Amino acid sequence: MSNKQERSRHGRSTPSRTAWAALMATLTSVALALAGCAPGSPAAAPTGSGDVSLKLTSDKITIKIQDETGFPVSDDLAKEFTKQHPNVTFKVVRDSFANLTANAPRLMASSNAPDLIRLPTLGDTVKDGLLTNLDPYYKGFGWDKFSAGQLAASRMSSKGVRGEGSLYQLGLGYSVTGIYVNQKYAKRLGLSGVPATIAELEQWLAKAKAAKILPVQIGMQDGVGTFALQALINQYGNKSDLVDWMFNKSGATFDTAASLKGATVFKKWADAGYFPADVNAINYTTMVSNFQAGKGLLMFDGNWDAAGTDKAMGQGAATFVPVPPAAAGGKYVAMGAANSFSIPAKAKHADAAAFFLNWIHTNAKARQIVVDVTGASPGGDPAQQLPTAKAGSLIDQALKVSAEVGADNGFVDFMANTTSGIYAGAFQPYEQRLLTRRMEPKAFTGAIQQYYEKELAGS
Amino acid sequence: MSSDVRRHGASEPTAAAAQRPRQGARTAGLRHRLGRPTRKVARGTALGWIFVLPALAFFSTFVIYPLITAVQYSFYNWNGIGASTWVGFANYTRVFTDRELLISIINALILIVFFTVIPVSSGLVLATLIRSMRPGAFATTARTILFLPQIIPLVAAGIAWSWMYAQTGTINTILDSVGLGSLSRSWLAGFGTALPAVGLIGSWVLTGLCTILLLTGIGKIDASLYEAVRLDGAGWMREFVTVTLPGLRQEIAVLVTITVIAALSSFDIIYTTTKGGPGTSTLVPGISIFRLAFTQSEVGLASAFGIVLLALVLAVVLPIQLLAKEKS
Repeated sequence: MSNKQERSRHGRSTPSRTAWAALMATLTSVALALAGCAPGSPAAAPTGSGDVSLKLTSDKITIKIQDETGFPVSDDLAKEFTKQHPNVTFKVVRDSFANLTANAPRLMASSNAPDLIRLPTLGDTVKDGLLTNLDPYYKGFGWDKFSAGQLAASRMSSKGVRGEGSLYQLGLGYSVTGIYVNQKYAKRLGLSGVPATIAELEQWLAKAKAAKILPVQIGMQDGVGTFALQALINQYGNKSDLVDWMFNKSGATFDTAASLKGATVFKKWADAGYFPADVNAINYTTMVSNFQAGKGLLMFDGNWDAAGTDKAMGQGAATFVPVPPAAAGGKYVAMGAANSFSIPAKAKHADAAAFFLNWIHTNAKARQIVVDVTGASPGGDPAQQLPTAKAGSLIDQALKVSAEVGADNGFVDFMANTTSGIYAGAFQPYEQRLLTRRMEPKAFTGAIQQYYEKELAGS
Repeated sequence: MSSDVRRHGASEPTAAAAQRPRQGARTAGLRHRLGRPTRKVARGTALGWIFVLPALAFFSTFVIYPLITAVQYSFYNWNGIGASTWVGFANYTRVFTDRELLISIINALILIVFFTVIPVSSGLVLATLIRSMRPGAFATTARTILFLPQIIPLVAAGIAWSWMYAQTGTINTILDSVGLGSLSRSWLAGFGTALPAVGLIGSWVLTGLCTILLLTGIGKIDASLYEAVRLDGAGWMREFVTVTLPGLRQEIAVLVTITVIAALSSFDIIYTTTKGGPGTSTLVPGISIFRLAFTQSEVGLASAFGIVLLALVLAVVLPIQLLAKEKS
């Protein structure tokens, strides 16, 4: 023992140097050994070509759902389904949106994959063979009667282009975006109803500014203000150009006249002081709570905040209106997407999960639950009767906006879903510059397109 | 693994003797003096390895193995799930040519000022001050208050500070009340103020740790040394430079190491306050790597950047270690 102590005291640097050398040697040799085998699995064969059953099993089964926190509708739907089909029970696991998005591919690749998973973006999941192809169910259950525009974003071709190819997702409710209007300020300024054009909307903003009321409550810390930018871009030019770009069709570009016009107006509003001075420090949560606390005449947001806003401000304190077209009498265009769920390829009860999805879109009670809990449109066959919402409530107004946009076939996806990295990597930082006179609109549209090309080339 | 370790441990004395003549001679001499303890030593060594084994197993599973796989991933273009392609050093080339990734490294280096220089120097001042105080309720309270930020989770600190930095937050209220309202602004939203603002959160968190550690260090210094310099007529400055600073050499080295690592690998504070914005003014490697790996699914590039960050930390920290060891 004493020998060892002696040695370690005198030759201090030597053993540590040996250990270091040994560590490096081990590292190098293992790294070299591992270099031989590449990580990951080879691309899987496309799924969904096998037989599917459209009938619900009579076995006792448990459907595993992986959902996000703060999205309780899956619990309520599960409860109602079990009431109607007692042999099927559910196990709902939740994680925060950010964690879930980051981990979804790994969860689906694991041997313990859920039967139904909230999957906001398809990304590489189709290419990697992680999802069940829903085409057989689409044909079998007659989902072709559903609004094609609402399902477009849930399709992906084998080349990774969205909007075409097979169906991989359905929504537990479908969102629609618009403008929340604070009625206290609207009355004070003598504004009523729905602005007919962007020009009229701008008059609203100017009036509010003149009366020292913040015209638009908006934030850009986490990029939430992109709702407003896209709401503008949507109104200029042909929406299919933007949709093609969002769906990554080859040759599509963001650098269009419509984007430039939208970015120019967006910047003009910021320069005119229509946005909070600290817009770059405000995030989504702050934006919503600020608006509900009476800070601002307008807020660009979606129907998912309808129930909460009514609760916070009292019914009638705010209205929900569609973003007006550029020219009077033009068609409504608005962002809307499915609260999308997919069935992993490794799901043990894929047929039952698909039956459950179909039930959500067609069963009257289920559709009512979707509306009551999320405020979102239930989707499904437009000919089917809409669930009822409390008259005059924001949910009721949002359902009407959703129907109006649907009637104009005006649903487009969110720009944030264009690629997995573009929201945090390009929109957020470049819009922050655009709003603070650090970037010109022309440079902005060019920079977004450049990032887009770089990201698509890298993946 | 375990058999491998034991074999290595058992053969060490002979191997060491063969490889290192200077030290070998000394051990041989000792062995001669102590009789024939070889078997005992071997048993002791083996016993030592057995004690170390659980920790070593954890270390290998959760540190060494991930490190090796990260090195491996960094040579591939891989999304974390599907098929991967070997790309050689392309990921590393991208780390050093991508402007945004370089900006994040520079920002992290700037953060060293706020995470290391400010906390360590103010810790030195505070520790000296507290030492000169009479022990009592005031000194204890001061110590406790200074250390409090250390026990608050960084995420909570980040959120609380983002409220204080807001347009209507505490900082601006204070500025207004002392007539400096013209300076008030949204600190985290400004391109020029965001990085110093998040940096100061780090200073706030780390100053307490520095003070407490330096205070214990000062307590270890032989009181007679202070007496001696005072007898020689030294003032507080002389005392600080001649006795306190050299006496705290080890502690300062430890603190600089810890805080530099905290600066270069910062994530939580930035993520909760600015998410790297406005623009890229507070983007740090931690945020970039997180985005690359988990939102963009570029596991290869993220791993390469992680390895570069590791090398950067080592490049900064190792010289500090060497400097501290010198003369000791």
